[in-house]
Amino acid sequence: MAEVKDSQPLEIQKKEYQKMVQEIQPKPTLGRNVFWAFVVGGLISVLGQLFLNFFQARGLALPEAGAATSTVLVFLAALLTGLGVYDEIAKFAGAGSIVPITGFANSMVAPAMEYRGEGLVLGVGARLFTVAGPVLVFGIVTAWIVAILYYFFR
Amino acid sequence: MPAPKKNGLQTVWFQNPPVIISTATIVGNKEGQGPLGHTFDKVVEDNYYGENTWEKAERRMLKEVMQNAIQRANLQPQNIDYLLAGDLLNQIISADFVARDLGIPFIGLYGACSTMYEGLALGAMLIDGGFAEYVLVGVSSHYSTAERQYRYPTEQGTQRPLYASWTVTGAAAAVLARQGNGPVITHATIGKAIDLGQGDPMNMGAAMAPAAADTMARHLLDTQRQPDYYDLFITGDLGTYGRELALKLMQQKGYDISNRFSDCGVLIYSPDQDAHAGGSGCACAGVVTCGYLMQEIKAGRLKRILGVATGALLSLCSYQQGETIPGIAHAVVIEGR
Repeated sequence: MAEVKDSQPLEIQKKEYQKMVQEIQPKPTLGRNVFWAFVVGGLISVLGQLFLNFFQARGLALPEAGAATSTVLVFLAALLTGLGVYDEIAKFAGAGSIVPITGFANSMVAPAMEYRGEGLVLGVGARLFTVAGPVLVFGIVTAWIVAILYYFFR
Repeated sequence: MPAPKKNGLQTVWFQNPPVIISTATIVGNKEGQGPLGHTFDKVVEDNYYGENTWEKAERRMLKEVMQNAIQRANLQPQNIDYLLAGDLLNQIISADFVARDLGIPFIGLYGACSTMYEGLALGAMLIDGGFAEYVLVGVSSHYSTAERQYRYPTEQGTQRPLYASWTVTGAAAAVLARQGNGPVITHATIGKAIDLGQGDPMNMGAAMAPAAADTMARHLLDTQRQPDYYDLFITGDLGTYGRELALKLMQQKGYDISNRFSDCGVLIYSPDQDAHAGGSGCACAGVVTCGYLMQEIKAGRLKRILGVATGALLSLCSYQQGETIPGIAHAVVIEGR
């Protein structure tokens, strides 16, 4: 049992207290979270595949069908965010609803709605990428690094 | 020479205990559906409360409870000597703008979620010190305004950890008077900002528990009282796990308060309301004190309580820069008369 005594030096108190916090803090429900992330993430992917097949059957080539699929998924995620449903799904789906392209759409629509009160330019315009921005920055940086490596080592 | 109205290191006692002559509360939908729903004056179904921003809604709630508290005390705003108010928003804009509308000499307070008790303690000092006849104390918080300032946009799909708390939407106000009918404030213990190295802004209970335990133990030492002197120790918003931590820390300091220790944040929501560890925010300690606790004291079911509102002193900037979170806790003794 961790013991935090006032007489201990502050650093020891902090360490002992951290132990106590760990003992009492509830464990994350990892199994359940992983399960729902898999199910919801999988369902979003299945939905995407259905759209892809649909567009291909209608005569679009694979790249165009892919773009059309993304557009539809982004639209649906934006709609569900606007209706206040997406965050309810994400509550139990976690990464399952964050990682797919729908999560990206949610992370842009949410601040757009939230900061409307601060005006179109400094509110929506400036804050649109607050959550999505880092994803873009590091995604693009990673792409550069991979491209440079590819150039030298292919 | 020690100050004449000071007991020990951090506690003051009041010669003529100031009286809480009226209180008023208002809460949001979720709080209204909680176990204490019936103890609040008004439940607002719409989180916008008819306004176009959440900030305006929060302000409207704060203004309304203040006006109600003044009215219930049969007073006019010009009778009030000081308005002590605060909230969670940057530069305490809710309190500032309500003060603009009410026209009462205004002292803005920031004690994070401990602000209600910071106000009660200071208000009682102003009155017993002879500087005021009436003091109005008020606080507010709003789930959506706090969430967007401290965390994510509300529609952002995120998973909150089980130890996270839920900011209470609501506002509370109390009128303190030199004389009158109602529960009285006999002592106040001003807490120190205490930091035991917790840095997770989602786990505010853990950041605040050491401050709560420190203030409670200090109060008992300063007043030379035993825990059984009080019917109830009630903290502001430690939540389920923070309460357990504070209980353990109190045990290590040599006090067992396990049979008389509750937390406003634990009481305000039921476990099936998806609030995880419990309620937080200025309004949490505010509405539970001005609603439920006042009613219990007036009905005689509680005679003496030690209310200890807790605050996590962090900002978005401080935790993004990797700082840990100091906690604060102010205690006020409220007795039925």
